[in-house]
Amino acid sequence: MSNVATARETRDAVRAGAASAVEACRSALARLDAAEPELHAFNTVAADRALARAAAIDRDRAAWRDAPLAGVPVAVKDNICTRGVRTTASSRALERFIPPYDATVIQRLEAAGAVVIGKTNCDEFAMGSSTENSAFGPARNPWALDRTPGGSSGGSAAAVAARITPLALGSDTGGSIRQPAAMCGVVGLKPTYGRVSRYGLIAFGSSLDQVGPIATCVADAAMVLRVLAGHDPADATSAPDGVSDYEAALTGDIRGIRIGVPRQMLAEGVDPGVALAFNAALDVLEARGAALIDIELAHARFAIPVYYLVATAEASSNLARYDGVRYGLRAGGHDLHTMYSSSREAGFGPEVKRRIMLGTYVLSAGYYDAYYLKAQQVRTLILRDYENAFTRVDAVAMPTAPAPAFRIGEKTSDPLQMYLTDVFTVSANLAGLPAISIPCGFSNAVPGEARLPVGLQLTGRRFDEATLLRIGDAYERDTPWSKHLPPHPSR
Amino acid sequence: MLASDVPSPLSRERVAAIAALANLELDDSELDLFARQLAEILAYAEEIQTADTTGVAPTAAVVARHPADRPDVVVPSLDTADALMNAPEATAPFFRVPRVIG
Repeated sequence: MSNVATARETRDAVRAGAASAVEACRSALARLDAAEPELHAFNTVAADRALARAAAIDRDRAAWRDAPLAGVPVAVKDNICTRGVRTTASSRALERFIPPYDATVIQRLEAAGAVVIGKTNCDEFAMGSSTENSAFGPARNPWALDRTPGGSSGGSAAAVAARITPLALGSDTGGSIRQPAAMCGVVGLKPTYGRVSRYGLIAFGSSLDQVGPIATCVADAAMVLRVLAGHDPADATSAPDGVSDYEAALTGDIRGIRIGVPRQMLAEGVDPGVALAFNAALDVLEARGAALIDIELAHARFAIPVYYLVATAEASSNLARYDGVRYGLRAGGHDLHTMYSSSREAGFGPEVKRRIMLGTYVLSAGYYDAYYLKAQQVRTLILRDYENAFTRVDAVAMPTAPAPAFRIGEKTSDPLQMYLTDVFTVSANLAGLPAISIPCGFSNAVPGEARLPVGLQLTGRRFDEATLLRIGDAYERDTPWSKHLPPHPSR
Repeated sequence: MLASDVPSPLSRERVAAIAALANLELDDSELDLFARQLAEILAYAEEIQTADTTGVAPTAAVVARHPADRPDVVVPSLDTADALMNAPEATAPFFRVPRVIG
C-alpha cells in the first residue's frame, strides 16, 4: 500500500489482509507528524484513540470484512464532537472542551470501520474563508505555504491534499467544504440540507450547516457519503428519504445530461486562470456527451448579502450558549451578568464577535424587517431561480471560487473582501441544494509562481447527489488533476 | 445608499447597545472598529432592498417535509456526571455561577 492510497485502496488492503488497520493508522500518523510543522492542519492528534480503534479492527478482522471504510484513517474538522477527544471549533472558548458524546457522523464513520486520527484546524466556529480565524494560528496551503488553504474547513482540505489521510470531514455553511477543497486541489461535497445528520456538529447557521466529505477522488466521496447519509432521529431537520447507492451511479456515462452554465454571472470578477480552467472543464464534459445550456440565476447577485444577514442572525442566536456556565471558558466577574460578558469577550475572536454583532443588529427591533425578513424573502427568490433552472437542466456548473488561494494576511483587514470569496458557493446553502467541488486544473496567472488548484463546482437538485457524483467521476476519468500531488510536505 | 459610497460609521452608542444585547463586553478600540466595519457591511447589504419581494414568502429553512415530532416518551440522555464534566464550576448535580441575588 503506497503512501498515496485512496480510501478504497486502503480499505481493500485492510480487508484483504495486505495491510493491517494499525499499519494504515501509524502510516497516517507519521505523515501527519512530517507535514504538521509546515501545514498546521490539525488542532489535536488523537493517536491513542486511533491506534486503539485500529487494533480493535485488526483483532476481529472477520467482523469488519464488509465494512465500507475498514481501517481507513480519517481527519475530522474540529467543530464535530468526538467523545473524549478535545473539540475546540478553533476557539479559545472551547479550548479545553471534551465532548461527552460522539456526533452522529462520527458514530457512522466508526461503525463503518474508519479510524479518526485527529481534529483539523478551521476558522473559529467555522466563520471564515481562509482558516486564518483560528485561535490556534492559520493552516497553510500544501500547494504554496504562503497561501491559505481556504476555509473554513481548511485543515481538512490541507490534510487530504497532503495525503495525510485519504478522507476528511468538513462542514459547509456557505462554502466551507467546497472552497477549501477547490483551493487545495481535492474533492469536497456539501450534501443536500437534511441528508447528513447535524447532531454533534457545533452549530453556526442552523438552516445552512451541513457535514460532508473531503476526498482525493469522486469515488471515495461517493463511498463515504453512503456511510454518512441517512435519517437521524437526533436531528429534527434530518430527512427520512432513502439513501442512494452513490457508487453505483458512477457509470462514466453522462451522455444527455444537461448542465446549466450561468454565463452572465461569470462574465466579470473571475480570475483569468480560473476562467480558463473552468471553460476547459466544460469542454471535457461536452466531449463526454453532456449538453451545455445557458441559464440565468437572476438573483444570484444578492446571494452574498442575503447569506451574511441570515447566517450571522442564526450565529448570534446559536452562540448565545457560550456564557461560561455549562462548558467552555469562564472569565472572572463577581456577578452573573459580568461573568457572561467577560467570558464571551475573552473566549471569542474578532470575526466571531463581528458576526455576533451583525446578527444581533439585523435581528434587533426596528431593523428586523429591513434586513432579516427581507433577506429571507430574497432567499426565496434565489431558491426559485434554482427550481426554475432545474426544470431545464440536471446540474449547474460554476467555478467553486472566483480566484485561487490567496496569501495569508491578504484579506484579514477587510472582512467584506473576505466575504466576497464565497460568491459562488453560498447560494447552494441558501437553497439547501447539494454541491460538489472537483479539481479542474491550475491557475498559473503569475509565471514562475506556485501552481494553484482550481475547482469546478456542480450544484444539483435536492437529494440528487448521485448525478453530481456521476458527472464528477466521468470528468475525473478524462482528466489528470486528482493525480497531481502538492509540493508540501516535501517527500 | 449605494454600496460604492463610503458609509458613515454607526454611532459608538449604537454599537455599545448592540454589544449589550449580545452579552459582549467590547473595549473602545473594538467599538470603533465595529462601528466602521458593520456600517460597511450593512451598506453593501443594502443592495437587497432593490429586489422586488412583493408577495414573496420568507424562507427560514429548506427542511424536509416530514413531521419531526415523536411520542413524548423518556429516552436515555447524558448522565449527570457527563453533563457536568466540562463545567467551569460545579457541585453535582448543579452548575455553579456567581451570586445572582445580593
